[in-house]
Amino acid sequence: MSLTQDVELAQFGFSEPDIHRALGTIKVRDVDYADLYFESRVSESVSMEEGIVKRAAKSVSQGVGVRATAGEKTGFAYSDELSSKDLALAAETARYIANSPQGAQPVPVASRAKPARDLYPADRPVTDIATAERVHLLNLIDAEARRYDPRIVNVMASFNMEYKRVLVATTDGLLIGDVQPLTRLQVTCIAEEKGNRQIGSFGGGGRVGFAYYQEKNRYADYAREAARQAILNLSAVEAPAGVMPVVLAGGWPGILLHEAIGHGLEADFNRRKTSVFSNLLGKRVASDVCTIVDDGTIPFRRGSLNMDDEGTPTSKTVLIEKGILRGYITDRLNARLMGIPLTGNGRRESFQSVPLPRMTNTFMLAGESEPQDILRSVKRGLYAVSFGGGQVDITNGKFVFSASEAYLIEDGQVTKPVKGATLIGSGPDILTKVSMVGHDLKLDEGIGTCGKDGQSVPVGVGLPTIRIDEITVGGTQ
Amino acid sequence: MSGALQTTQDLTQLASDLLARAKKRGATQADVVVADGDTFSVQVRLSAVDRLTKAREKRLGLRVFIGHRSATASTSDFSTESLERLVADTCALASAVAADDVSGLPDASAMAKELPDLGLYDATTLSTDMQIELARRAEASALAMDTRITNSEGADFNSASGRVVLGNSHGFLGDYRSSTFSVSVSPVATDAGSGGMQRDSWYAVQRKYAKLDSPESVGQEAARRTIRRLGARKVPTTKGPVVFDPEMAGSLLGHLCSAASGYALYKGTSFLIGQLGQKLAPDFVTVYDDGLMPGGLGSRPFDGEGLPTRKTTVMERGRLASYLLDSYSGRKLGLVSTGNASRGVGESPSVGPTNFYLVPGAKSPSDIIGSVKNGLYVTELIGFGVNMVTGDYSRGAAGFWIENGELAYPVEEITIAGNLKRMFADIELIGSDLEFRGRIASPTVKIGEMTIAGN
Repeated sequence: MSLTQDVELAQFGFSEPDIHRALGTIKVRDVDYADLYFESRVSESVSMEEGIVKRAAKSVSQGVGVRATAGEKTGFAYSDELSSKDLALAAETARYIANSPQGAQPVPVASRAKPARDLYPADRPVTDIATAERVHLLNLIDAEARRYDPRIVNVMASFNMEYKRVLVATTDGLLIGDVQPLTRLQVTCIAEEKGNRQIGSFGGGGRVGFAYYQEKNRYADYAREAARQAILNLSAVEAPAGVMPVVLAGGWPGILLHEAIGHGLEADFNRRKTSVFSNLLGKRVASDVCTIVDDGTIPFRRGSLNMDDEGTPTSKTVLIEKGILRGYITDRLNARLMGIPLTGNGRRESFQSVPLPRMTNTFMLAGESEPQDILRSVKRGLYAVSFGGGQVDITNGKFVFSASEAYLIEDGQVTKPVKGATLIGSGPDILTKVSMVGHDLKLDEGIGTCGKDGQSVPVGVGLPTIRIDEITVGGTQ
Repeated sequence: MSGALQTTQDLTQLASDLLARAKKRGATQADVVVADGDTFSVQVRLSAVDRLTKAREKRLGLRVFIGHRSATASTSDFSTESLERLVADTCALASAVAADDVSGLPDASAMAKELPDLGLYDATTLSTDMQIELARRAEASALAMDTRITNSEGADFNSASGRVVLGNSHGFLGDYRSSTFSVSVSPVATDAGSGGMQRDSWYAVQRKYAKLDSPESVGQEAARRTIRRLGARKVPTTKGPVVFDPEMAGSLLGHLCSAASGYALYKGTSFLIGQLGQKLAPDFVTVYDDGLMPGGLGSRPFDGEGLPTRKTTVMERGRLASYLLDSYSGRKLGLVSTGNASRGVGESPSVGPTNFYLVPGAKSPSDIIGSVKNGLYVTELIGFGVNMVTGDYSRGAAGFWIENGELAYPVEEITIAGNLKRMFADIELIGSDLEFRGRIASPTVKIGEMTIAGN
């Protein structure tokens, strides 16, 4: 295993006196804190459809984001020109929010640091993998999916990889960098039978190299799984409508926690008291079988980071402990203003955006029930195995998420597949209705992307099999 | 922050240089997009500045064809070494992928010849303090509307202006400037009895500053929309008519637009496959995509491949009259591009709308609500429960229950479900209230029957 590669200021064309000067310009009397975020990113993608890999794209970007905070105010500027002149201009702009534009304050000389651990050691940049190897993998996927069933009429697949170097310099003397690889393989199949067309998708990834997809023939599993879902949907019936018990399978259905609970516990909404969870710290918000954490420290996961985008080490934060609301997830601004612990959740999409408190990997810890017993306990309900996306309105707590693979449960047995089921519920209410939690905790495959304030960041979710006693299912029947 | 590049002439020169370099590296065809622009945004919350952002950005994208193999690449680094590497990398990528018989630039003879001035650019520059003040005024008028407005997620004012240059190896070289100004407010209201909170928002966006609604009117509308949601409850599961307000009807139209995209059609991911010329909706349903609308938020003098933009009839009296196509998806389907190539700087073109809208009818929104005995008026939809392959539709909704032709009470935590094909066929009434607030716009629409899931 290699240690985290060093990210040096010199890679961005700057020296320590340059950043000292820029931070010094910003640090005037009213400014509490300022930071510089240098980023360089190379991403590449190849995609296949109709049996041929016909598209390849590469994108290179670099720049610096300059931020100053004064009380609740944030001033922010960014530049995709990495010159001393542009950095100085950005610094002038960022400090506009201060009431005392004159006179600089001293900032400590930065002491260079590396994250204390390496959660995603990469021997070499993931983008060094030859395009030909990626093209070959996508061709194998096409063949595997079509071999699964002759009713598979189209296969689309794409492989994306990104290699990002970041460096954070702050007015309290922090200078720390990280190298963050990220890859993802996605497969979509279209099945057709007598004019009935259906879609199935599957994918996975993480902060892993290309070899991950070849280990244990993972790529072939993805292809078969996408094909299986598309074929399954050919026989799916219309989803039921109304309130009923729902069993969620482990893994990706953990998106429920992300939408129903996670966003509502992000510190910015709670500082502003616009979240439905604002006044519920220490209160019961879930049944006592529910313990939920946000953990950015799991090796190789899509949502994991050695440090967040403010240079704080990520951590494992208990959000709900046996049903009691225990904590919020924070970035520096909100932790400071609220006087609560810094959890290492300050994340940003790129140098062009400000950090916000964001989730990393959010999941429920395993319980004690047998998954089979959970299913057997339901007389008539829905068993949801896989989902598309979800969304929440954090002010009233209403969230939805849509099933891409679900079945009816009749007399404790999983029966017909259903299509088009959307679940809708209320955040502070839904986990009080979780009556059984399985011992089979599973994390998702590594495909999640979370949107907030126009910024997308990679995240992970996880869940054991759980029973929700009642939730509204939006089908047509 | 001023970059090294200052003028449109510099950008066109850069585009020409890159095309020449690509040719030298073996590209048989190529095109280049260069974009740069300034953005400013301020968010004010409870009258104080919350966040202020300012930047100048630039980006360049190159697409090369080596015979029928193609690849794209983009960068924000315009240094000579970086551009040399970009050209080499793009050509290497193109050599590594498979040949695709229908790939290539549009025909040289089809390129846009005249570039109409569509009124997309406004040189007005507003001072930082002025923009802060506009956001403050918008929020203040929302906060002053009603004592039940107790909090705010803030008000934003944004301004942006930029240039786009597109050049290709046919010798086409076009450019245009554009600008946008926008203001939005998100108030939070609290119900005195239950303590429950609701949020809603309103916004205005225009290419010309002088046309922007006053910040006060935006703030007041945001407050009105927020307050009316207080006390929302669930309704029993039922079937009934659903009236979509213009914003939500616009989202339905957006699904039609995605399904009419040439890419969705040839890949088999659209519920409109094989429907060209078919009657899909009643006679009073006509949909246009008009790229030449003066001052339109989706207007442009040429598309992402340099083809002239135009007005396309997508649905004519209920009949699907045209798909939306660029030259690649057109060739795949044996059709001609409709000038709808949409191109992010670093991507291959895809299809996107220009100004895509449903032609208004004669009824006022209150007439439409008045036509419903028992049903739902939808003002908000959340979630992603739309299957574009089948048209199956199931989304979270909030709005108002209609009783005897009147909005009776607010509702939430419900879903509406149906199938988009059936929903378009089941359009009963179209309102007179068309307003453009984006690339896709619709008046109020009433659908005959959908499944509404609640208690």
